Amino acid sequence: MSEREVLELLRENARYSTADIARMTDLEESEVEATIEELEAAGVLRGYQAVVDWDALEDERVRAEVELNVTLDRETSYGDIAERLARFPQVTSLRLVSGDYDFDMEVEGDSIREVSQFISEKVAPVPEITQTVTHYVMTSYKENGIELGDGDDDDRLSVSP
Amino acid sequence: MTLEPAQRVQAVPPSGIRRFFEIAEERDDVISLGVGEPDFSTPWAARDAAIHSLEQGRTSYTANRGMRELREAIAGYVADRFDLAYDPDEEIIVTAGASEAVDLAFRAFVDPGDTVAIAQPSYISYEPGVIFAGGEPLPVPTREADDFRLTVEALERAGAADADALVLCYPNNPTGAVMPAEDLAPIADFAREHDLTVFSDEIYAELTYEGEHTSIATFEGMRERTVVFNGFSKAYAMTGLRLGYALAPADAITAMNRVHQYGMLSAPTTAQYAALEALDSCDDDVEEMVGQYDRRRQFVLSRFEEIGMPCFEAKGAFYVFPEVPAGWTAEEFAEELLYEQGVAVVPGDVFGESGTGHLRVSYATGLGDLREALSRIEAFLEERV
Repeated sequence: MSEREVLELLRENARYSTADIARMTDLEESEVEATIEELEAAGVLRGYQAVVDWDALEDERVRAEVELNVTLDRETSYGDIAERLARFPQVTSLRLVSGDYDFDMEVEGDSIREVSQFISEKVAPVPEITQTVTHYVMTSYKENGIELGDGDDDDRLSVSP
Repeated sequence: MTLEPAQRVQAVPPSGIRRFFEIAEERDDVISLGVGEPDFSTPWAARDAAIHSLEQGRTSYTANRGMRELREAIAGYVADRFDLAYDPDEEIIVTAGASEAVDLAFRAFVDPGDTVAIAQPSYISYEPGVIFAGGEPLPVPTREADDFRLTVEALERAGAADADALVLCYPNNPTGAVMPAEDLAPIADFAREHDLTVFSDEIYAELTYEGEHTSIATFEGMRERTVVFNGFSKAYAMTGLRLGYALAPADAITAMNRVHQYGMLSAPTTAQYAALEALDSCDDDVEEMVGQYDRRRQFVLSRFEEIGMPCFEAKGAFYVFPEVPAGWTAEEFAEELLYEQGVAVVPGDVFGESGTGHLRVSYATGLGDLREALSRIEAFLEERV
């Protein structure tokens, strides 16, 4: 149970210190540290990232959601294709999904040209990939459970009964 | 000619927190821990039901006592959660917030000159409410040594044996104290022995972090002398929708409804639809919010301990009630803290004399702000204490 609590808190904010997590879970700080180490070693905790609202930044950052259809042959599995695609640093997430297409891939780049080139030159030529449909992200309203935008809309009375 | 307020209105002093509110409003860097209001939004399903009711043009009065389906839902909810059995037709009234329910009860049951014992520290509206009804408040101080729980000794010491009624609020605003069944039993005995009407404000019942909430109305012989107040503001984060209710025997609800039907007529219809949906489908939202409050509670208690401000272990509501360091009054401490560090807390004496020397600190604010606020309090202590 403590594992789950620690994971939920890290998901909420990966920058909570072990001391803060200990305070919130009523565990010893050393227990929190040990739990985190175990979860990292077991490959449950895979990394810690910032949630960025790129729209709030001057620099352009282009993201696209790409639908991929593949046709498998005897020697190639979904896993083989995924392994090949996941190696590209431009690919930020990759999932096998059910429905009208097979893979759901997120790609990032500094310009539309860069992203387009990547898809046409690196992804589309993979022999098993039969179709790509690219959706450029225009505005992001929520990322990793965090709502983006102006944020501070706390209009409660500063002091109230 | 000037408009001269009635004596009973003049008898009520202005709210002790108004000054802090004004100072806090002047500054834009204030982290407020003075807020007795959830920082969560009303669960979406409840908001959606309110919107849908408006789209359907359901904007007329409801029955004075509230929509029947809502009263039925409330009856089911209090039976499941708190073992309270009330007939939705005759023993439940839906009000504009639990505050209206409290006011109705005072006006329906307090005669001029009646003494109403109030367990303190307490929510700031009970005393004025009793005075507006023509009654005389009798503070019953509770002590930190008793974990701010009400005891028979405290009742006897304050002279509550001669009172006509007793006001309870557990889980308590401002201390966060709860009264488990074993502590309530002797209070119930006392109320029966001295023939006290009991007004039990249980608005924070869902926010009980250790053990289960027990209502005093569940004790033998208490149902017939108790009015229970509850509402949607705290557990469902619906403060602005103003929806509460009272549970009491049929004659009592009839009396309260007599006042209600001439003053309020009926609680807001839109809010009643939101409340109905809240009871129907928002259990998970409540569970999630209560979980968050509990984490914050543990965080805040632990930080106060670390920085050396003794703080009794609150087990309910969303407040803690730390002690002010020696040499300070709560008001001075709160004011200096606000000026120097931009952290707003409420001096404990606002909630009655027995709150003297304490601060009410709300954790109905995000963890990030709580962490920063506690660091600022720590810095203040290092500099000034």
